[in-house]
Amino acid sequence: MADIAVIGSGDSVLLGRAAGLDVYFETDGHRACRLIDRLADEGTRVIFVTEPVFELAAEAVQKYRSRPFPAIIPIPDSKGPTGAAMANIRANVEKAIGADILF
Amino acid sequence: MAISYKPTRMEMSRLKKRLSTASRGHKLMKDKRDETVRRFITYVRRNKELRQRVEELMSEAMASFVVAKATMTPAAVEEALCCPAASAKVQVESGKVLSTEVPRLTYVPSAESGLPYGVLGTSHELDSAVEKFSQLMPLLIELAEVEKTCNLLADEIEKTRRRVNALEYVMIPQLKDAIHDISMKLDENERGNLTRLMKTKDMLKSKDEG
Repeated sequence: MADIAVIGSGDSVLLGRAAGLDVYFETDGHRACRLIDRLADEGTRVIFVTEPVFELAAEAVQKYRSRPFPAIIPIPDSKGPTGAAMANIRANVEKAIGADILF
Repeated sequence: MAISYKPTRMEMSRLKKRLSTASRGHKLMKDKRDETVRRFITYVRRNKELRQRVEELMSEAMASFVVAKATMTPAAVEEALCCPAASAKVQVESGKVLSTEVPRLTYVPSAESGLPYGVLGTSHELDSAVEKFSQLMPLLIELAEVEKTCNLLADEIEKTRRRVNALEYVMIPQLKDAIHDISMKLDENERGNLTRLMKTKDMLKSKDEG
């Protein structure tokens, strides 16, 4: 088991394998949630998730949000960034400061 | 819910102690909130910067990969990448930002340097895509660290803000009200006593004179 895993559709994450990451092909939200749970149990530290799957697996993302590990981080897939990750940062700013003043 | 109390001196001194603790706690919490927000802003700026760079570089790597796939058959690409390189590791430490536990991650690249496949049957474009992705890894790990820290700090700020507000607008006014009520009641008792004494004295005096 590697410390770093990557979850997403085939083309987007295949490159990760060459960099020594654990690659999981998954595009279904519910199954991705279960996969994230399993990886968290196994002690994976960082899980990169492509943006479309990140949005679908919101339940698991929310669950591990307030724990130091695993860090679930959205990455753009082969179709380019969808803006979900930036929206996430914006939501953080709004939550912490009360207004979106940095963007 | 208002604080329940008995109008006694003991109770008043107890409430006064609670009020001073609450006021000190409120000041500390307020300072903590301000400092966490300050640090959060530096982290979130870095987060935004990193995110933009990662998105840029990732798109480049993906574009190279698309070209590589066009020059090779899907089976060849699959074959080249089917045997994973030795797994990459992250060195994990835990740091603290104002008593919030945050992860500190350091990327440890896989022991085998170079490409995880042979040169036969693979194209130069695939090499460049893999290389670009590998170069992206330290940045991705840094992004993971910063983004997680931002998430945790945002949660912590929200929590601290609630506590500050609870102390400022609920706890401290309630305690002040309670102390005020008790002191009023004690004063009233005192006045009652005094009047009674004066009255008794008057009665005794008139009895003596009579």
